Amino acid sequence: MTDYVRPRDDRDAIALRAAHPDYLVLAGGTDLLVSAHHKAEPIGILDLAGRFAGISADATTVRIGAGTTYRALAEARAIATLIPILAEAAREIGALQIQNRATIAGNLATSSPVGDGLPVLLALDATIHLASVRGERTVPYHAFCTGYRKTALGADELITAITIPRPAPGAYLAWRKVGTRRAQSISKVMAATCLEVRDGRIASARFGVGAVADRPIRAYAAEAAAVGQVPDAATGAAVAAALRASIKPIDDLRSTARYRLEIAGNLLARFVENAGQR
Amino acid sequence: MNIALIVNGATRTVEVSPYKRLLDLLRDDLRLTGTKEGCGEGECGACTVLLDGIPVNSCLVVAGQCDGHTVTTVEGLADGPLLHAVQRELVARGGAQCGICTPGIAVCAAALVDSGACRTKDGDARAKVRELLAGNICRCTGYQLIVDAVLAAADQVGGES
Repeated sequence: MTDYVRPRDDRDAIALRAAHPDYLVLAGGTDLLVSAHHKAEPIGILDLAGRFAGISADATTVRIGAGTTYRALAEARAIATLIPILAEAAREIGALQIQNRATIAGNLATSSPVGDGLPVLLALDATIHLASVRGERTVPYHAFCTGYRKTALGADELITAITIPRPAPGAYLAWRKVGTRRAQSISKVMAATCLEVRDGRIASARFGVGAVADRPIRAYAAEAAAVGQVPDAATGAAVAAALRASIKPIDDLRSTARYRLEIAGNLLARFVENAGQR
Repeated sequence: MNIALIVNGATRTVEVSPYKRLLDLLRDDLRLTGTKEGCGEGECGACTVLLDGIPVNSCLVVAGQCDGHTVTTVEGLADGPLLHAVQRELVARGGAQCGICTPGIAVCAAALVDSGACRTKDGDARAKVRELLAGNICRCTGYQLIVDAVLAAADQVGGES
């Protein structure tokens, strides 16, 4: 029968991960347990539910414990105040039952190319904190996903926290997902941005885009097309064109490559225009 | 694995795999068949139960995670013969038709009403109920009568804070 271990505390969780690298690391289970009854039983479960919790903020950084649920993110005052798009995104991921269980690190670890929250973390330039019995390290989120559902997470490592630099006051933050329904349905395309306009020009821009590649991506070419430009329709069109030239989305049961190419570009163009009209 | 949990107020002990879904533990081991399986993928909400008072899909929780925890199913909503306000209003207003989604909706809505999450004095109460019940799919009613029932129940219960 499947073994089951529940750590006494966060430190114990790291020790148990090293002792049982082949166990299923389970947090909220909202991705890993889909159709669990049709899957082979794992040899063991390392249950992280309730571990690595807590949200805190200092003058420069917001720290989100790996085990923070999307519901906790949606309801946290610090998130609503400092990073409102993360709270908005959290409220639109799955629905109440999913948000009550799903954790931010679970989303990072399974690293689905269509994880709704992930483009937001790319746009916010999040850093992933990892720990093992060997020590701790950090990986910028844009380097964390290494392929289709593959990450830089080692076999003895756990995600302990995510840190996000506090966006500059006045930065334009936005997030959009496009799908058949706001709740539950897996999105066709989603995009997020953190964009700063100074003296009428785009001083910095980050775009995170989901469901257009084998992993959530930063749209570097689109960012380059934005920086230094006036945030207007012409720049929006140039940013959209740069994005479309740099991605190769696929046809699948939810959408088509052509639709994704069109809409992903439109989302970024809209972000740029909206940033200019505030 | 020996798992002890409190279900609808009573301590229950079962010997099951820690990987067994809470849904199957409830239906097969405890014979609480009020909780229904819809999709088995966390999409439809039919299997919603309360884990430590919070709505979750019981198809996405495994037995090991419930050891030492509290579960409320649709069988635990009524107080003896007295239905929960949500159940009473679902019956009175035709908020249930085929019935497969109803236990999940009753459980989820009861938690929302009891916690005061959808108070009717809030201006956008109807929109709030729709958002909070977005994870419960119903293919019969068109949702209007469900939302009516939840709002009517919220009026009666009042809720905390």
